[in-house]
Amino acid sequence: MATKTLEQVEGHFEMFQILNEEGEIVNKDALPDLSDEELQELMRRMVYTRIWDQRAISLNRQGRLGFYAPVAGQEASMLGSQFALEKEDWILPGYRDVPQIVWHGLPLYQAFLYSRGHFHGGQFPEEVNALMPQIIIGAQIVQTAGVALGLKRKGKDSVAITYTGDGGASQGDFYEGMNFAGAYSAPAIFVVQNNQFAISVPVEEQSAAKTIAQKAVAAGINGVQVDGMDVLAVYAATKEARENAVNGDGPTLLETMCYRYGPHTMAGDDPTRYRTSDLDDEWEKKDPLVRFRKYLESKDLWSEEKENEVVDQAKDDIKAAIKKTDDTPKQKVSDLIEIMFEKLPVNLQQQLEEYREKESK
Amino acid sequence: MAQMTMIQAITDAMRTELKNDENVLVFGEDVGQNGGVFRATDGLQEEFGEERVFDTPLAESGISGLAIGLGLTGFRPVMEIQFFGFVFETMDGVAGQMARMRYRSGGHYHSPITVRSPFGGGVKTPELHADNLEGLMAQAPGLKVVIPSTPYDAKGLLLASIRDNDPVIFLEHMKLYRSFREEVPEEEYTIEIGKADIKREGKDLTIVTYGAMVHTSLKAAEELAEEGIEAEVIDLRTVSPLDMDTVVESVKKTNRAIVVQEAQKQAGVGASVVADINDNAILHLEAPVLRVTAPDTVYPFAAAEDVWLPDHTDVVERAKTVINF
Repeated sequence: MATKTLEQVEGHFEMFQILNEEGEIVNKDALPDLSDEELQELMRRMVYTRIWDQRAISLNRQGRLGFYAPVAGQEASMLGSQFALEKEDWILPGYRDVPQIVWHGLPLYQAFLYSRGHFHGGQFPEEVNALMPQIIIGAQIVQTAGVALGLKRKGKDSVAITYTGDGGASQGDFYEGMNFAGAYSAPAIFVVQNNQFAISVPVEEQSAAKTIAQKAVAAGINGVQVDGMDVLAVYAATKEARENAVNGDGPTLLETMCYRYGPHTMAGDDPTRYRTSDLDDEWEKKDPLVRFRKYLESKDLWSEEKENEVVDQAKDDIKAAIKKTDDTPKQKVSDLIEIMFEKLPVNLQQQLEEYREKESK
Repeated sequence: MAQMTMIQAITDAMRTELKNDENVLVFGEDVGQNGGVFRATDGLQEEFGEERVFDTPLAESGISGLAIGLGLTGFRPVMEIQFFGFVFETMDGVAGQMARMRYRSGGHYHSPITVRSPFGGGVKTPELHADNLEGLMAQAPGLKVVIPSTPYDAKGLLLASIRDNDPVIFLEHMKLYRSFREEVPEEEYTIEIGKADIKREGKDLTIVTYGAMVHTSLKAAEELAEEGIEAEVIDLRTVSPLDMDTVVESVKKTNRAIVVQEAQKQAGVGASVVADINDNAILHLEAPVLRVTAPDTVYPFAAAEDVWLPDHTDVVERAKTVINF
């Protein structure tokens, strides 16, 4: 009996897809209502982000960027979901989710400052509703429940969205955050980007659960598994989750099935130690850019010329952003003391004087 | 003025701030309809409604995540951890997240959160209810840690904590909740965080202490006075940051000091107080600064509290050692 129940539960979480690997529409009813310009903008953002990822890896190798978690392969998952948001929505990103907050309004040079480890990277512009990338895996999930409840209590028609990976779904805070949001029917969207590996550990070793989406059942909320290499499916699923959330129907868990082509981070991770080239080949066929390009070309909305324009633009922007990053004044200990509290306690007042004197020499 | 117990003064402070500021929210396990396991939030949900004073699921990490998120959206959360021994479930939320919010955003965001939590021994609680864990909090940059010992201090300090725009850990000693009454003004007043209070003046010895040990030290001071030793008892009231100006000034007058804490010797903040006295007043010391603490074991089984917890005889004995050094 128990086994049968499990099978029935798993049967509810079939992968939602709109565009297949050949760029053909396989689920016409679910096709989101996007204008030609919006479709082009989505493609533009994915190409831009792919170039940014390539440049970031190279700048990291040159020592011109610090901490960097590659994103190639996850463009549909990251940008399709962000594209479904409104400006008033809050993003609580994980450490890999820098593209979402940049497309939400964070200037690129500040993302680079974050990578290098400079406090100005966290001084977000007033109109950008997002937090700094979260390093503690799971912490963003419980905080999202709080932001979502806050938006609800303030009467805002907006949502809080957060991202973690497949490994992150094993954390206690993952369950607590979803459960709290469910209990308060708070407008939250929890995205698990299942890129198959948590550093070297494959998703099969995280849990016996067949999908991560089904973990929503534990919180009594909706869960959907989405083809995370299909930007239209990710967009449509997020859009629906957002509508449900602002209509008072509570949170949704989205599992996006995707892949990172690069290493876990640029801090010495070598994926050839734990991944086969067969697996890489298999996922390269699913590349979100390839299939969406095919789709747009079939509608005569994309061309090589358009793509090259985006590539050039991205390269120019990155060059300018790195320049601005270089020009940012170096941090002083007195700067770090001053951002600890609104009103400095006596120990820091004393230390501030000491460091100011040291810095004036 | 009204005669209040410490718990009534705490409730009064929350009622005052719920009235003053519509962004103040009070939440935790059983703080709503039930009024809290110690009645600290008694009547507040009835008066201010379920949107302002509410229960949460049973998960401390979730509670602090909720507080952080609500803080980001313009609220002023007053969250409760039912017993401070449960803080381990949310060390990340408290020390890894809210303590660092202002810093990591370069001042763009902040966490105007008050974490209320009972602790402290002498009432035979089960495991991990009474542990003195203020030392862990005092070591986290970005937090302030307040421990009142009287109803008057509790109200003024809690009002100041709630109004503070950075996170404050407000620890309430369970033995002091209802042990005595005191005149507490009905109107609002605040006591500055980070300021100690001299609870008894003396010229022969400085006793630096906090929490329930304030009363233990005052009792010891009475006994010492019978033998002609006048002890000055300083109630730190805030254990992070420490008001070392008040302590050092006293030590310069008395030339002798002991530090009294309920926590184990390796825990608490006693060692910091000793180090700061050594840094700032060593030329005024006639004797080393000694500590009265609990032994370095796990918090005792309930039936062993009496032999384990420091008491006034320990304070008298240690004071005499310093006097006769």
